[in-house]
Amino acid sequence: MRHTLSILVKNEAGVLSSISGLFSGRGYNIESLTVAPTIDNAFSRITIVTTGDNAVIEQISKQLNRLINTIKVVELSGDDCIDRELILCKVTAKDEDRSEILRIAEIFHAQIIDVSPKTYTIEAIGDNRQITSLIELLRPIGIKEIVRSGKVAISRENQFISLNQKLGIEAADK
Amino acid sequence: MSTEIIQETKTEKLTGAKIFLECLREEGVDEIFGYPGGVILNIYDELYNCDFIKHYLVRHEQAAVHAAEGYARVTGRPGVALVTSGPGACNTITGIANAYYDSYPLVVFTGQVASSQIGNDAFQEADIVGITRSCCKHNYLVKNVKDLPRVIKEAFHIATTGKPGPVVVDLPKDILTAKMEFHYPDKIDLPGYNPKYDGHPIQCKKALKLLCEAERPVIIAGGGIIHSDAAAEITELSQKLGIPTATTLMGIGTFPQDDELSLGMLGMHGNYWANHAVSSCDVLFAVGTRFNDRITGCLKRFCKDAQIIHVDIDPCSISKNVPVDIPIVGDAKNVLKIMLKEFESGKYNPQKELKEVWLSQINAWKEKRAMPVIHSDKINPQTVIQKIYEKTKDKDAIIATEVGQHQMWTAQLYKFNKPRQLITSGGLGTMGFGFPAAMGAQIGKKDKLVFNIAGDGSIQMNIQELMTCIDYNIPVKVAIINNGYLGMVRQWQEKLYNKHYSQTHITSPDFVKLAEAYGALGLRITKEEEIDEALDKAIAYNGPVLMDFVVEPFEMVYPWVLAGSPLNKVLLSNDSPIA
Repeated sequence: MRHTLSILVKNEAGVLSSISGLFSGRGYNIESLTVAPTIDNAFSRITIVTTGDNAVIEQISKQLNRLINTIKVVELSGDDCIDRELILCKVTAKDEDRSEILRIAEIFHAQIIDVSPKTYTIEAIGDNRQITSLIELLRPIGIKEIVRSGKVAISRENQFISLNQKLGIEAADK
Repeated sequence: MSTEIIQETKTEKLTGAKIFLECLREEGVDEIFGYPGGVILNIYDELYNCDFIKHYLVRHEQAAVHAAEGYARVTGRPGVALVTSGPGACNTITGIANAYYDSYPLVVFTGQVASSQIGNDAFQEADIVGITRSCCKHNYLVKNVKDLPRVIKEAFHIATTGKPGPVVVDLPKDILTAKMEFHYPDKIDLPGYNPKYDGHPIQCKKALKLLCEAERPVIIAGGGIIHSDAAAEITELSQKLGIPTATTLMGIGTFPQDDELSLGMLGMHGNYWANHAVSSCDVLFAVGTRFNDRITGCLKRFCKDAQIIHVDIDPCSISKNVPVDIPIVGDAKNVLKIMLKEFESGKYNPQKELKEVWLSQINAWKEKRAMPVIHSDKINPQTVIQKIYEKTKDKDAIIATEVGQHQMWTAQLYKFNKPRQLITSGGLGTMGFGFPAAMGAQIGKKDKLVFNIAGDGSIQMNIQELMTCIDYNIPVKVAIINNGYLGMVRQWQEKLYNKHYSQTHITSPDFVKLAEAYGALGLRITKEEEIDEALDKAIAYNGPVLMDFVVEPFEMVYPWVLAGSPLNKVLLSNDSPIA
């Protein structure tokens, strides 16, 4: 079962390494990982997609929480959150396929960001389902290269998590 | 403008090395263990004229960390080790990992090459922050001298609070020479670190109710009881509710072994009755233990009919190995106090009559004892432990052990009644730990009698510390249970590997001559009737002693639950069938 964990950490050297080290050291799986600073540069947000049953996910969350530089760990799932992934996809663009590629791109609100005599490079943003179907449609045309950002996710407003809230409420759930 | 300049108090700028010592002073550290080297020289230069810190020069960095842990174990204060970069830092790893697994507070300071050289494969460079990441509670690379006081304050705070553990602070050479005004911070700002001390009151009430209603309850007291100083509370709760109590290896001493509710140690080499009681209980109350495989045996069969209440300060320990019915995250002492206070309210009836059948069942199990299996003209190793117990029981002695058969015999036969009395490597199982740890313990408690019960294999892993003991007249009494084998491994080979004693026969030097070469007292004991006299002589001697007890090589540790077996499948002698 796939789970998305949103982890607020101190923006310091070595933090990412301690988190990835925790996953490898304890035999957990990382499917995708993104990291970037939050609006406050002192903190970063890490989004990890991992797999495991509920007991494993609970243990991963607890272990992540135990790290001194981890401020908060939240599992984002189902309807409570919105997630997106960005892909850059270089497809073979033979003359007879060019209009088909453009049509597919349009359906997915994707952009053509680079053109060469033999290729189109497409930029697309979407949730897991949209990205998967876009790739499946482009595959028969010929994908030369694909780069995926990994998933980023955010909770829906009513359970918004932020550092301030975390610091205000006290770590009741930590 | 001119008045402002006059008013500005002129604080002297100090070097990082000097600031380091001032920070230790602020933390109340007055004894440290260490070994100098190139990049850490500035600190040693400051130590040269330092009158508030006593530095013990060991003979190997691993021993410095073990000694610091021994010191922490007996004093309850953090142990401090100081070493140089590269090989010095790498030699500390086993010590750090050992303290991490047994959760004792250490702060280990490692030298590092200058910041400008980091990553360039400089002489004696090692990425110690990277190397120690998975075996310490937290670590720091100090990047600016301005951060040094804050980092040191945080390091001591993290090491000693929550679930204690080792913290590593890596100090590049240029940080030690850079200057700044010294201010020690008053506050700690660690938004990601909030150990939870108070157990949830409703969970505590639920737990109490369940224990009162239980017909076959058992308590397991783990090492967490020692960390939170809750031996009195667990004993009181056990006695008030009339619940038999077993301890883990790390929890030994938290429950008096002469109490009639004491089950002694459980686990792989635990008592027959303790293992049976835990396997047959209907409610298990486990406090400060992480359900290591050495105490659970086969996990699927562990306590399978019981409701389990688990108290631990570390949420990760709960439901990690054993699914728990009532989890309580909190400090053992606080949780037990809440439960005791709640019990005082009078709303709870301990229903001791419900438990009578259970207690008589346990008493029946107590008939099943393991006895020495070999009878020869050689000294029986168990006899040595018993004699040491008899000679030291009225002296409030501290007993350290190494790892192996002698460790298990000590845990089984020495009747520990107090916490912090047994110093042993439980989680990591580090041979070579006991002697330097005993040395550190002796420094922490200078007026106590300290024994290190060792094997002939283990003692040779850190024997060089005998010189440290001579230098500072640290009068540790080492009792080597010398059977000529790596006994515990040999025992597995005898029973499980067709007596193929592959690489387990181990030779030793003449320990008496070796002791004399170092300047210590050496004694060899080959007959049972010589044991008393030798122990008397060793205890009376003002200095370190090496006693070489030449014992029966093929004696086995029983009771024995084979790895992976259910906990109640206890072998009591060589005749017990394995399958």
